[in-house]
Amino acid sequence: MMNIGEAGGTAPVKVEERLFQNRYMVDAGRPHIRIRPHETPSKALLAMTRLCPAGCYSVNDRGQVEAVVDGCVECGTCRVVTAQTGELEWNYPRGGFGVLFKFG
Amino acid sequence: MIEERFDAIVVGAGPSGNAAAYTMAKEGLKVLQLERGEYPGSKNVQGAILYADALEKIIPDFREDAPLERHVIEQRLWTMDNGSHVGMHYRSDDFNEERPNRYTIIRAQFDRWFSGKVREAGAVLLCETTVTELLRDTAGRVIGVRTDRGGGTAFADIVILGEGVNGLVGQRAGLRPELKPDTVALAVKEMHFLPRETIEARFNLKGNEGVVIEAMGTITDGMTGTGFLYTNQESISIGIGCIVSDFTESNRTPYGLLEAFKRHPSVQPLLEGSECKEYVAHLIPEGGYNAMPQLYGDGWIVVGDAGQFVNAVHREGSNLAMTTGRIAAETVVWLKRRREELSKGNLAEYQRRLEETFVMKDMKKYRKIPDFLHHNKHFFNLYPKLLSGAAQTWFRVDGVDKRTKEKQIFQSFRAGRKLTGLIGDAFKLARSWR
Repeated sequence: MMNIGEAGGTAPVKVEERLFQNRYMVDAGRPHIRIRPHETPSKALLAMTRLCPAGCYSVNDRGQVEAVVDGCVECGTCRVVTAQTGELEWNYPRGGFGVLFKFG
Repeated sequence: MIEERFDAIVVGAGPSGNAAAYTMAKEGLKVLQLERGEYPGSKNVQGAILYADALEKIIPDFREDAPLERHVIEQRLWTMDNGSHVGMHYRSDDFNEERPNRYTIIRAQFDRWFSGKVREAGAVLLCETTVTELLRDTAGRVIGVRTDRGGGTAFADIVILGEGVNGLVGQRAGLRPELKPDTVALAVKEMHFLPRETIEARFNLKGNEGVVIEAMGTITDGMTGTGFLYTNQESISIGIGCIVSDFTESNRTPYGLLEAFKRHPSVQPLLEGSECKEYVAHLIPEGGYNAMPQLYGDGWIVVGDAGQFVNAVHREGSNLAMTTGRIAAETVVWLKRRREELSKGNLAEYQRRLEETFVMKDMKKYRKIPDFLHHNKHFFNLYPKLLSGAAQTWFRVDGVDKRTKEKQIFQSFRAGRKLTGLIGDAFKLARSWR
């Protein structure tokens, strides 16, 4: 894990290789975070494409923000950041689903 | 879901919930504890340091079987710039005592152990059960919870909310406001495994001795935040966290920041050859006293991170969580013995008791610090650089006389922050600290 990406710069470091170490119980077809349909994302939602520690958010070719939450570590940052805009529907995964920390 | 009525329902099986459930169950109350994870600890994240005092007041002989990693004999405080660190280290053989004061722990293991004690004490624990809402009677009193187990409900005289920083139940019930991006930090952490002997050689340790490093400086790229590195028996916990609103305005990713911290020349040799086995992220409530919500009401009490019980300056949280959990439980037991109602008025006793402990005293002492640090970024960027530059000027022997070196150092500080700025920062820091 020491060889990933660049050191002090701002270019992206791959988060997928980190998440690969984690254990998940994915609730297939029932994502616990949903983005409300939008034309243009708010600055806050757009920021999540960089800020999400699990890299769940990305921008599609129409400039809208999409989320794939299978690798979510359930920190809640996106919920806090978009609380004012109301663009996310955020719930905990159903009991027993989601990330399972081995060490925490 | 469960037909019988309980004395108390505890939401969450972290340090605060476990402390509360254990204390009540041990006193003979009928306790139901609900945890959304597969097992207690599976959703929980911490650095992690265990402060013995808080746990001793709940389980005095915890050292006999708790999964402890290393007792801390050395604390390193580092201010870092891009290629250096200026350190203040305190190491003492006094910390090699019969009942050590601080331990590193691995939360998923520790929480499981603590939960075992809770069940031994007689509490009923249901895992894989997410509480979805609080149930109230017509007068607005909290009387129970609804869960996602087929929408099942459970009823009790009191609901203790130990649901963590990101606690949705209390928030959606309007018991406390939504977290604000400028009063909450996002921390990411990795677990790096190394042979025990390697850790002991690198950190100058023997047996179960441990070192903790807390770091600030350019590692957070101008954001309000800190990094940490803790030694466990056969692993190193390394992480970094910054205030969320700073993250939103920066161009950095949390994992990019962590990667840069790991690759810092002061840190990289400590991790060399390690294998990362987990990557986690969590929020830390860092708003302090001024961000604390209402702590109790008719039929409910909030404990731990959900109540913003974190002393960000001293990196303390789990001890505040256990202490608030214990005191909430003791208050409930006391009221029940007196056959008093668990009403808002009577539960004010919880806060009165907290006021007499270090919990509220420390929260109040540092009430101005979160705001101060958020608006004085010099402490995370400029000053670490100046400090490092000064140290280098002072230690480098290069034919320049010492009086000239002193002048250079003084001038570097004046050029960086002007005399009025320096004095002003010192004054503001002192005033916030008081």
